[in-house]
Amino acid sequence: MIEIEGLTKNFGRISAVSGIDLRVHKGEVLGFLGPNGAGKSTTMKMIAGYLSPTSGRVSICGHDVENDTIAAQAKLGYLPEGAPAYGDMTPRQFLHFIARVRGFSGAAAKAKAAEAAAKTELEPVLEQPIDTLSKGFKRRVGLAQAILHDPPTLVMDEPTDGLDPNQKHSVRKLIQAMAKEKAIIISTHLLEEVDAVCTRAVIIDKGRIVADGTPQSLLARSRHHNAVTLTLPADLVPVAKEKLAALPGVLSVEDVSRTNGVATITAFPRASTLIIEDVSGLASHEKWDVKELYAEAGRLDEVFRALTTHDTQRLRERRAGAAA
Amino acid sequence: MKQAMAIFKREFAAYFATPLAYVFIVIFLFAMGAFTFYVGRFYENGLADLSVFFGYHPWLYLFLVPAVGMRLWADERRTGTVELLLTLPIPVWATVLGKFLAAWAFCAVALVLTFPIWITVNVLGNPDNGVILASYIGSLLMAGGYLAISAAISATTDNQVIAFVVSVAVCFLFTIAGAALVIDFFQLWAPVVLVNTISSFSFLTHFQAITSGVIDLRDLIFFASLIALFLAVNVVLIDLKKMS
Repeated sequence: MIEIEGLTKNFGRISAVSGIDLRVHKGEVLGFLGPNGAGKSTTMKMIAGYLSPTSGRVSICGHDVENDTIAAQAKLGYLPEGAPAYGDMTPRQFLHFIARVRGFSGAAAKAKAAEAAAKTELEPVLEQPIDTLSKGFKRRVGLAQAILHDPPTLVMDEPTDGLDPNQKHSVRKLIQAMAKEKAIIISTHLLEEVDAVCTRAVIIDKGRIVADGTPQSLLARSRHHNAVTLTLPADLVPVAKEKLAALPGVLSVEDVSRTNGVATITAFPRASTLIIEDVSGLASHEKWDVKELYAEAGRLDEVFRALTTHDTQRLRERRAGAAA
Repeated sequence: MKQAMAIFKREFAAYFATPLAYVFIVIFLFAMGAFTFYVGRFYENGLADLSVFFGYHPWLYLFLVPAVGMRLWADERRTGTVELLLTLPIPVWATVLGKFLAAWAFCAVALVLTFPIWITVNVLGNPDNGVILASYIGSLLMAGGYLAISAAISATTDNQVIAFVVSVAVCFLFTIAGAALVIDFFQLWAPVVLVNTISSFSFLTHFQAITSGVIDLRDLIFFASLIALFLAVNVVLIDLKKMS
């Protein structure tokens, strides 16, 4: 539904996006991740037809965004960064305006505006000027205008930014409810959001895709994937570390924390081997007084940092670590 | 066209959503009255026509019309709504046209509200109402010319103050293109054709022709084509911003 080929954007001599290829199909929710300035918003602006690419192309439902702009834009719902809206209008007026521009008229326009407001739970503030609304409501006004025409594709730049946990939850539920029928791209800084709503995660850095896969496959790249963490009395730690390290599947054992005579340690596996059974077997065989023992799925933030921390920065961190 | 209409309605309502519209209209009417009656000595002239009144229009428009046009695009860029507007499925020309027409309609409202002076002159004497009607039409067209220039300049910046100042400067050049100040400068070195072309762009010359009662189609066409030209420039400027 959304096809991106060799998408490149240069601002003068600065290259913001360089050669992104992506295909997003119906039923997919693609989480677009990357540090600030990685090119997420620029890519989304090009998909929406706000910026022209330096090279490469985007098509939405078969319509080329550069040459068949209007048809492509009609098939797309777009939430720009910061969810801009006309502050002097009320949500009702604003959504009605969007409906009319989207080609609905009269009763149909009113119905579409009301439907979008209901889906995003805007009813309590429909008659207040948008300028006077809280950040959460403003964001939902932006969401409402994006989904108003029930588009087959949806591109949203940080849809849950500025929302409280309850609002985040309801927006995620809304996205999930629409997911089956649409191709959706959302950008986010929140890694938990990827877990919560995305079927696919793409990490970009310096304008290039550095990872593309299901959230599970990205987690599998984490050092913590299948690692086992145990909590046990601190005096057992030296023995436990030694015995755990001797297990065939274990690569290394590290201290995590130590408080009030209780310590937490993590055993990292060699090449994602499943070591949970060996570790728990060992613990019961040795009769350690284990308070807690669990296998980790992996940590997305770790994968994210590993893929997007640049060499110079990594070097600096390593030096700082060595000095300590 | 339906979409241009939706843009028009939103823009037009936006003027009245803030105090801007009322401030503008009050100042416009006050200034018109002050210039006509005090500076222009409307009563002392003892003439039953509105030439004094219309004579000040170019100079008032020079400052007031850029104030109407400056927000058209600059404000959208500042608040980020331009991204929303340009990703809606509307051709850029329809957006440009809708915005321009809304601002122009607003100018028309202000102009129509000067009607008491028309009543005054009809009470006091027997003016040529044909000439007055033509002058009103000419005045509206001239306002459209200033506005098209201001809108195009507004599309180049996200700062309304810059949009205003640059618009006033450019509008000033168009206003006095036929005056000695400009012509003398060009006559020293430029070929006659160029000098004539420049002076033919003068708002003052065209507008004075209309208000003197000589209705020449060419003067109307001048303003209409100038509006069309600057709306086209506006569309091109919006498209260029996408490339940057």
